[in-house]
Amino acid sequence: MKNEVLRDVQRVVLTLDVNGEARELLVPVHKTLLEVLREDMQLTGTKHGCELGECGTCTVLVDGRPMLSCLALPVQLRGRAITTVEGLAGGSNLHPLQAAFAELGAAQCGYCTPGMLLAAKSLLDDNARPSREEIKEALAGNLCRCTGYAKILEAVELAAGRMT
Amino acid sequence: MKVVGRPLPRVDGATKVTGRAVYADDMLPARTLHCKILRSPHPHARIVSIDTSAARRVPGVLAVITGADLPIKFGILPVTQDERALEHEKARYVGDPIAAVAATEEEIAAAACDAIVVEYEVLEPVMSIEAALDAPKDERIQEYGGPNNVHKLVALEFGDVDGGFARAEHVREDVFFYQGNTHLPMEQHSAVATYVDGRVTLWSSTQVVHYVHRALSKVLELPMHRIRVIGAAHGGGFGGKTDPFAHEIIVAKLAMLTGRPVKCTLTREEVFYAHRGRHPVLMWVRTGVTGDGRITAMHFRSALDGGAYGSYGVASTFYTGALQTVTYDIPAYRFEGCRVFTNKPPCGPKRGHGTPQPRFALELHLEKIARDLDLDPVEMKRRNFVKPDTRTVNWLRVTSCGLDECADKVLAASRFRERKRTPGHGMGFAISTYLSGAGTAIYWNDMPHSEVQIKVDRGGVTAYCGAMEIGQGSDSVLATIVAEELGLQPSDVRLVTADTDTTPIDLGSYSSRVTFMAGNAALEAARKMRALLVEAVEASGRKYEEVAFEEAAVLGEARFGALTTAGSYTPPKIAGPYKGSGVGPSPAYSFSACVVDLDADPRTGLVNVNKVWIAHDVGRAINPLSVEGQVEGSVYMGLGEALMEEQVFRKGLHKWPSMLEYKSPTFLDMPEVETFIVETNDPEGPYGAKEAGQGPLLPVPPAVCAAVFDALGVWIDEIPVTPEKVVEALRRREKGEPPRYGPPRFPSIPYPPAIKVEPPPRDAAAAAR
Repeated sequence: MKNEVLRDVQRVVLTLDVNGEARELLVPVHKTLLEVLREDMQLTGTKHGCELGECGTCTVLVDGRPMLSCLALPVQLRGRAITTVEGLAGGSNLHPLQAAFAELGAAQCGYCTPGMLLAAKSLLDDNARPSREEIKEALAGNLCRCTGYAKILEAVELAAGRMT
Repeated sequence: MKVVGRPLPRVDGATKVTGRAVYADDMLPARTLHCKILRSPHPHARIVSIDTSAARRVPGVLAVITGADLPIKFGILPVTQDERALEHEKARYVGDPIAAVAATEEEIAAAACDAIVVEYEVLEPVMSIEAALDAPKDERIQEYGGPNNVHKLVALEFGDVDGGFARAEHVREDVFFYQGNTHLPMEQHSAVATYVDGRVTLWSSTQVVHYVHRALSKVLELPMHRIRVIGAAHGGGFGGKTDPFAHEIIVAKLAMLTGRPVKCTLTREEVFYAHRGRHPVLMWVRTGVTGDGRITAMHFRSALDGGAYGSYGVASTFYTGALQTVTYDIPAYRFEGCRVFTNKPPCGPKRGHGTPQPRFALELHLEKIARDLDLDPVEMKRRNFVKPDTRTVNWLRVTSCGLDECADKVLAASRFRERKRTPGHGMGFAISTYLSGAGTAIYWNDMPHSEVQIKVDRGGVTAYCGAMEIGQGSDSVLATIVAEELGLQPSDVRLVTADTDTTPIDLGSYSSRVTFMAGNAALEAARKMRALLVEAVEASGRKYEEVAFEEAAVLGEARFGALTTAGSYTPPKIAGPYKGSGVGPSPAYSFSACVVDLDADPRTGLVNVNKVWIAHDVGRAINPLSVEGQVEGSVYMGLGEALMEEQVFRKGLHKWPSMLEYKSPTFLDMPEVETFIVETNDPEGPYGAKEAGQGPLLPVPPAVCAAVFDALGVWIDEIPVTPEKVVEALRRREKGEPPRYGPPRFPSIPYPPAIKVEPPPRDAAAAAR
């Protein structure tokens, strides 16, 4: 696309490892991971609520740690393992967290759900049997307006119980 | 019952946990153009000129439009058609849309907006209820309504109010203020439009596809059959996506002009300005009681800060006076309501629409009356509870009512009466009611409020309904009802919903209407289908329950040909015989009771909620898991409003239009919530069901303030209850002033003489049924 507004934008070719697949992309350097995932890779399971790093909705995992994809630049993530909600299930089998969220009604509108799931996965990977306080602490950066967090808390506990 | 009443997973659960649900912003059809909207930086200004020539020259820009391209006004209520998709005469709040650009890239559209030159003549903004009541310095915000910047005045009187006060043994007056707050859905509003073969198709994050359909038809001057509106997967509404919005009309117009798909997703800041949230309401209430606390008369006044446009505001105004009588037996009642225009984003419906504010005032007012009389507030309230199968003094028909049982549940579970009386620790009790769907439509008509069609063939069963899943469980309710009647599981039922081309009309997800109204329509359609299948199976000499559904479908299709049935729901005509009676009636009311336990620190003013007990009369839980989820979410939102959320402005600018600065409760702020589902089996609800999505929010804010009084002995008569207000109230008590933080007075408002309405005869409810 040639035009004045985007004329001076620098683009880079880079390879991103997303959900275990290496993808070569040509992206403007200023584009966020959120934008690249959604717009260049069609991985629209990652949502956004503010694009300012305030709501946690766009959380993905980078080398297993939660990261706000709206504040991350792909140029800094070469060689890192990125996991999005699309990479959570094993084939058509839901991850235990996904199964528990679906079973207990922890997803109402479902918009915060991908970010919640990934933040919860990171927690359980580190701490297989977290206390309620530890779950709350780990998910406190992810806002949800539907559930009052109650069913999310129960679902994380249920999944943790099933995974150990 | 095989599936009704069971805690089954939602039918859309797997789609949502895998990230496969397609929300409007997830769509990117080939050749999509991106739209950005230029908005007014001034709260109140005449638009002298708009020069778009430089913007049009930006490479990559395909269209630039202004109000001249979309001059026809629209609005959700027929009486307040006061909005334009783009305003070219006058800006009435910071954020009012002025011009829009469609370009190949979002950055190009934004740069083109920057290149548009608008010349404004800045006018004095009107920023408060008091200022709106005064003569405007420059000019009025809207050309209708009045006097000054008053939008709407109402005054109604039911029964002998003066006589009721005359026979009262105690009369008390109080003033309260409920601050405005906003829905803060996690999903920013988004819409995508295409224009193909002379037809507009719009995918939107809306709660009501039908109302968007109507507004598009009017403004675009296209017949409804040339417009299709589809509800995309929905990332949270709470009332905030119930109006037709400018961006929905703009992308449709831009798609028509360019012949390409056009998408607009609002930024979070724009969402704060789109608003339509909780009205700030100032309230004055005067009540007369007998010595034992029985209400003899009540006079309630409200003043709503409406923001710049009508939105649902006329209905909101009536709602601030409508439901007081549905929980308490008030034999004589006068209501005076006023909505004003101010230069702020328009207010509208948020969860509880117009009723959390008066509920807050009423519950605390009764607490204070009880203390004046040295009565137990809980007992005094209970003495006045409405009874099932009655008509209120303002003609509202109450049928099933589990108020007593709700109160019993939370009082017992919380050990409210045995609570420890230690300074800094408190418990508070409050009750409430809400509608199960508004009894009258937004625009007057005699058609059903919901329609459902069911198709059965050898491939299975599909149900079609205009209802919109917004996260509240709409799809699961429909699937569960159809499944129950046909002997299936909810996951066996395919759903087609919220698509104006393929689904029959449902008025959408607002006023807690889906379970009751779409549920009844689904029940009728499913029972008709079951009758056909039963007849076909029995003609083959067997019983319906004995054959597989697939075989029943084959037998039915062989006997009758194409198998389709339909059901519809029209609410009973139960409104009272007076102008304004359309707001308040509902085919059934839910009831809630709540106890809040908290600690309040007298040094810092910080309030920490330890636990909430809530009982909710849902009529019948179609899915108890979903009901719990709605109740817990309502309590959460009520706590947010009670303790931290506020939509406030400085010189027309939102003080904190971001998710970090606009405080909402996080995981760490949420206390444990213990929910009790009370089932009263409503005579008209599907399987006895009523509502759960809104009612349980209502008792939470007053219960918080009652608990703060219990803890510290000071009244916080306005929410949110911030630490500053608590500390200030304590300081006043120390100085010997009234131990209270709240509005000092209620303004003088030119209410008209009240329309006097004869109350219904006491046995009218029985007669009506």
